[in-house]
Amino acid sequence: MTALSDTWALTVRDLLRLWRQPWFIAIVLVQPIIWLLLFGDLFQRVVDIPGFEGSDYKQYLVPGVLVMTAFFSSGWNGMSTIEDLERGVTDRLLVTPARRWPLIVGRLGQNAVQALVQSLVIVGMALAIGVSFDGGPLGVVALVLAALLLGTGFAALSNALALVTRQEESLIGAVTFLQLPLTFLSTAFMQKQLIPDWVAAVADYNPVNWAIVAGREAVQSNPDWGTVAGYCGLLVAFALACTVLATRAFRAYQAQV
Amino acid sequence: MIKATDLRKNYGKVRALDGLSFEVSPGTIFGLLGPNGAGKSTSVKLLTTLARPDSGKASVAGHDVLREPAEVRRAIGVVAQRSGMDRDLTGRENVKLQGQLQGMRGPELDRRTDELLEQLGLSEAARRVARTYSGGMQRRLDIAIGLVHRPRVLFLDEPTTGLDPEVRAAMWQEIGRLKEDEGLTILLTTHYMEEADRLASHVAIVDRGRVVAQGSPAELKASLHGEAVHVDLEGANVNGNVQAALRGVPGLREVLIEGRALHARVDDGARAVPAVLAALDAHSVPVATVTVARPSLDDVYLRYAGRSFAEADKHEETKEDDQ
Repeated sequence: MTALSDTWALTVRDLLRLWRQPWFIAIVLVQPIIWLLLFGDLFQRVVDIPGFEGSDYKQYLVPGVLVMTAFFSSGWNGMSTIEDLERGVTDRLLVTPARRWPLIVGRLGQNAVQALVQSLVIVGMALAIGVSFDGGPLGVVALVLAALLLGTGFAALSNALALVTRQEESLIGAVTFLQLPLTFLSTAFMQKQLIPDWVAAVADYNPVNWAIVAGREAVQSNPDWGTVAGYCGLLVAFALACTVLATRAFRAYQAQV
Repeated sequence: MIKATDLRKNYGKVRALDGLSFEVSPGTIFGLLGPNGAGKSTSVKLLTTLARPDSGKASVAGHDVLREPAEVRRAIGVVAQRSGMDRDLTGRENVKLQGQLQGMRGPELDRRTDELLEQLGLSEAARRVARTYSGGMQRRLDIAIGLVHRPRVLFLDEPTTGLDPEVRAAMWQEIGRLKEDEGLTILLTTHYMEEADRLASHVAIVDRGRVVAQGSPAELKASLHGEAVHVDLEGANVNGNVQAALRGVPGLREVLIEGRALHARVDDGARAVPAVLAALDAHSVPVATVTVARPSLDDVYLRYAGRSFAEADKHEETKEDDQ
């Protein structure tokens, strides 16, 4: 009980910090719209490739952009932890009776709220440009859930890296190293039957692709809920594993402090 | 209230604590005094459960720091050297967050927060984000954060470093009040001799990770007989001619020469100074200033650490940051 209210208090703290950075909020909200409109236009002739199923590329793209947005912004979640380390905030929190995991999960809560708002902006924008979600509201909920689970996993991983490297430059390096490759080793922009076999093989093990496949399945007409649930299960396991890793990273930090 | 026994801690090859032991009685202010890098902050990290010792034992408020860290954390308030407040939260939000993590809730937490902010003169600024605070206000906010859950033991790690003299004086007053009014046990680390002398009823002098002397400031000073003579030389000591000059001066003890500074102890300063000056003059060593003083904690440090405080501080600053 205490651990849950600690988590909530820390989520509120991070949301307040976010709320006091209006420019950052503006960027966070505008960027996904740009992704959607830019990629939607840039790759619109993809539908002409023989073997592509469907006739509207934006229709295909929306789940990919939604998941990519959650994935990208979550990667930076550990930056707040680096700042806390530098300012002595982490040390102060570690000498309170609070358990270790709320210190991580509190931050993941803020990340999830941010990713949720971004997702809703994308859904709204998608509807505005004529994309339809044939799976209905439930499908949209499942798509957003998959994106949030993925974001939670990578946000936790980002915090683990922050605690281990304790350096802004190292974290930025690691995050940028992962972001684009993991995004393109997926079916975000291209259907599975059109990508090289080795990419398709790698994508099977890529959590980013799990979220995209689950989300895309959920928003079509007559979704196969078994597939959606299966991938979401994998994403839950991924998020849990990363959260445990991040919580344990406090030990690595405290061993050298 | 606090007991440290033979604490040892290495950081890689750097030996931060080398068998540190001391004890703090309830309701007193205890000063850990030493230059940068002596091991003061490391001691605080171990006693507040942030870090673990390589060996040795410690207990705070009756709880073992290794076996019962949660109980220790409930009993202590910590004001670390590196602030620890969140600059993007208001003063009030900072104090409340800490209270929540210490298990406080609702109206009780609100009352306590307002009371503390009032006490520390932060009521007006309570709803401003902390990054707009002055250095002194930030330090007072740190103290409010440390006190919100009414701890029994307060750790103050270099609480006045970097503050203006007036702000420092106000902080001293506040620390004294906390002991008097709230009956807190306070462990204070400082590298200001004056601060330890003013506030602490008991002082442990730390050098190179161990306690080299302890007692009340008065006892420590009384352990030095006579008076301290400090001479600033005009030039450097060439070929040991200063030592040669002083060899003939009777009653001169514990002579230490560091660059252009000469420290010694004598029974009677008024009588020794002319003899010292005459001896230096005879060996053509020009003198800039001479001072004679009753022993200070500086002299105590000099006596027990075998080097002057300023010299030790300078030396440590060239090494890595204070561990």
